[in-house]
Amino acid sequence: MTTSPHDSHRPPETRRSRRKGNRAEEGAREVPLVEKPQFSTYYGRPVVKAPPWGDEIAAYLFLGGLAGGSSLLAVGARWTDRPLLRRNARLTALGAVGLGTAALIHDLGRPERFLYMLRTFKPTSPMSMGTWLLSSFSTAAAVTAAVEMDRLTAYRLPLGPARRVLRVCESPAEVGTTLLAAPLASYTGALLADTAVPTWNAGRDELPFLFASSAALAASGAALVSTPPEQTQPARALSAAAAIGEVASMKIMKKRMHPAEAEPLEDGAPGTMLRWAERLTLAGTAGSVLLGGRRPTAVLSGLLLLGGSALTRVGVLRAGISSAEDPRHTIEPQKDRLERRRAQGVVDDSITTVG
Amino acid sequence: MRSLTEDPARSAEAHGERAQERKSFFTDTSICIGCKACEVACKEWNGNPQDGDLELLESSYDNTGSLGANTWRHVAFVEQDQERIQTARESGRKLVSLGMPGVGPPSSSGASGPSGGRDTTPPDTAEFRWLMSSDVCKHCTHAGCLDVCPTGALYRTEFGTVKVQEDICNGCGTCVGGCPFGVIERRDEGIIRAKTERNQSRYAQEIANEGTANKCTFCHDRLVDGQTPACAQTCPTTSIKFGEHTDMVHQARERVAHLHSEGMTEARLYGANPQDGVGGTGSVFLLLDEPEVYGLPPDPRVPTKDLPRMYKHTVVAAAGMLAAVGASFAWGGRR
Ligand code: SF4
Ligand code: SF4
Ligand code: SF4
Repeated sequence: MTTSPHDSHRPPETRRSRRKGNRAEEGAREVPLVEKPQFSTYYGRPVVKAPPWGDEIAAYLFLGGLAGGSSLLAVGARWTDRPLLRRNARLTALGAVGLGTAALIHDLGRPERFLYMLRTFKPTSPMSMGTWLLSSFSTAAAVTAAVEMDRLTAYRLPLGPARRVLRVCESPAEVGTTLLAAPLASYTGALLADTAVPTWNAGRDELPFLFASSAALAASGAALVSTPPEQTQPARALSAAAAIGEVASMKIMKKRMHPAEAEPLEDGAPGTMLRWAERLTLAGTAGSVLLGGRRPTAVLSGLLLLGGSALTRVGVLRAGISSAEDPRHTIEPQKDRLERRRAQGVVDDSITTVG
Repeated sequence: MRSLTEDPARSAEAHGERAQERKSFFTDTSICIGCKACEVACKEWNGNPQDGDLELLESSYDNTGSLGANTWRHVAFVEQDQERIQTARESGRKLVSLGMPGVGPPSSSGASGPSGGRDTTPPDTAEFRWLMSSDVCKHCTHAGCLDVCPTGALYRTEFGTVKVQEDICNGCGTCVGGCPFGVIERRDEGIIRAKTERNQSRYAQEIANEGTANKCTFCHDRLVDGQTPACAQTCPTTSIKFGEHTDMVHQARERVAHLHSEGMTEARLYGANPQDGVGGTGSVFLLLDEPEVYGLPPDPRVPTKDLPRMYKHTVVAAAGMLAAVGASFAWGGRR
C-alpha cells in the first residue's frame, strides 16, 4: 500500500475491517491462552473448498446410520425372540437405507450417472468403499424386509417359488446385514474426515465413533417409536450406551482439535444445532431409560433421540462447511503444526523451500 | 500400513508405451506482470463459462477471485508496504537458516541467471511492491482429488498430470473436499448460469459439462499434439514455464538461488520438495512471501495420507457398535 496525498480519496476497506470487528467481538468472549498468531490471508478468501454437500447428504448420514443400527437391533431381536421389534427394525432399516440412497443420488451433479459409482472398487476413496457397503447392505436388508412383508401379509403376496428362495436367503442375508451394518454407520466418519475441510479432517480419529454412537441412538429412537415397550428393553439399554459414546467422542474430538478447528463446532448456527443435539440426546436418553416402560413417554423419548441424532449429523456437516469458508481455520492450524515440526527439528517436509 | 495414495509410477506403467516424462509448470512470480493473458488464454482455449457477474471485488486488480470450476488460472494481486517487504525478506532468510534441504551457493554463474542472457533482475522498489502470481491446479504427486474420486473419473494422464474425464464424472463432489488447495469445483447451475437477459443475448454461452467437477486439464488436448499449454504459451514474460518436471524443478532451484544471491531473500519455492505433504507438486511456484499471502495453504497435506488410520478407527468404531448392541441384548434384555 502506498502513502500518497491521494490516499484520502481511497474508499475505506469496509469488508476487511468489518471482518476484523467481528473477530474482535468474538474473541472478547473467550479467554485467550496463547497470543493469537499473526498471519495474512488473501483478502480473507477461503483456501480450501468444502464439497457441494447440502442437506441431502446430512439426511443420508442420518438415514444410513439409522438403517445400520436398526438392522443390528433386528438381528438381536430375532435371536432373543422379540418378533415385533425384529419386524419393525427390519422395515425401518430398509426404509431408511432406501430413502438415504435416494438422497445421495439426488445430491449428485449428474444423478443419471449414479451407477458410475460402481465402475471401480477403490480403497483410496471412502466414497467408493461406502457405495459398495451401501449397495450390498441394501440388497441384504431388502431380503430380510421382504420376508417380513410377506409374513405381515400372511403369505398372501403372489411370490410363487420365489418365497422358497426368500426363506433360504433370510439367514445369509441376516449375516450380511450383521457384518455390514456397523461399518455402514461408522464409515461416514471417514468419508467426512478424508477431506481437506479443516474441522472434519481434524476430527478424523473421533468422527467414526461419534457417527456410530449417533446411529445407535437413532436406531433406539426408531425402535421406541415403532415398537411397544414389552420388546424394547434392549433398545433402551442401547440408547444409554450410545449417549455416553456420543457425548464422550464429541468432547474428546473437540479437545484434541486445534482451537481454530474446534471453533466451528461451537459457534454460529452449527454450534447451536450441536448444542441442541446434545440436549435432545440427553433428554431422550433419560426418557428412554427412566420412562421407556410406558408407550407415550417411550414414543416421545424416541422422537427426541431421532431428532438429536439428525441434528448431530446436520451440525457436523455444516460446521465443516463453515470451517472451509474462513481461511483462518485452515491457515492457523497449518502454520502451527509447521512451527511445531520445525521446533522439533523436522525441516525436510515443508512445502516451502529455498532450494 | 503404507499411506493409501495413488502411486504415480504405477499409473505411468498403466499407460504402457504412451507414458511420457512427467510434465510440469514452473511459475516464477518474480517476473509476473499481472497481465492476466494466461487467464484469458485458458478461458478461450477451454471454452469455460463466465464466473460471477462482472463485479469489482475490491482486491487490487484481482476481480476474478479464486480458482474454481470455471477459472483454471487465477492471477493474484497483493499490495504491500515497506514493512511487509522486510517481514517477507526475514521469513525467507529464516528458511535458509533452518537448514532446509538443497540450500547452497548458486549453482549457476550468478550473473546470467537461469533464463540465459536476458535481464531478469526484478525491479526493486524500497517503498512498496505489488505481488502478482498466476495460480493453477498443482497436479500433485499425491493428488487428494484423484484419490477420493469414487468413479475413477479423475486419473493420472500419460504426462503425469491429473485430469477429470468429464463423461465419467457423476458430480458427487467428493474431490472438491479432497483437494488441499481448493482448486477443483463442481460446475453447478446456480453458480454459473448466465443472467436471464444475458442468456437471450447473442453472447449467450452453451454451458458444457454442467454438474461435473472441473479444473485445469493441463491442456491435455494440446499436449497429445505436442503443443505447449495455452497459458504457458501466451505468457509474455515467461513467468509460466512449461517442461519436464525434473527440468522445471532444476530451473526453479537455480532461480531462487540467484535471487538470494542478489539479496532478495524473500524468494522461496513452493511445491519443489518431494518430501512435503502432497509429495511435491507438478506446478512449482517461486513466491516472494509466505504462501498464505497468495491464498495458498502453508502446510497442505493430502488427506488420504491418514486414510489407513481413519479406516482403522472406522472398524474399531463398528466393532464397538456391534458390542454395544450385543451387550444391550445380553444385559439390557432382562426386565
Ligand atoms: S491441486 Fe487439487 S485439484 Fe489439483 S491435482 Fe492437487 S488435489 Fe487435485
Ligand atoms: S465429482 Fe466427479 S471427479 Fe469429483 S470425485 Fe465425484 S466423480 Fe470424481
Ligand atoms: S494448462 Fe491449459 S487448462 Fe491448465 S491453466 Fe493452462 S491453459 Fe488452462
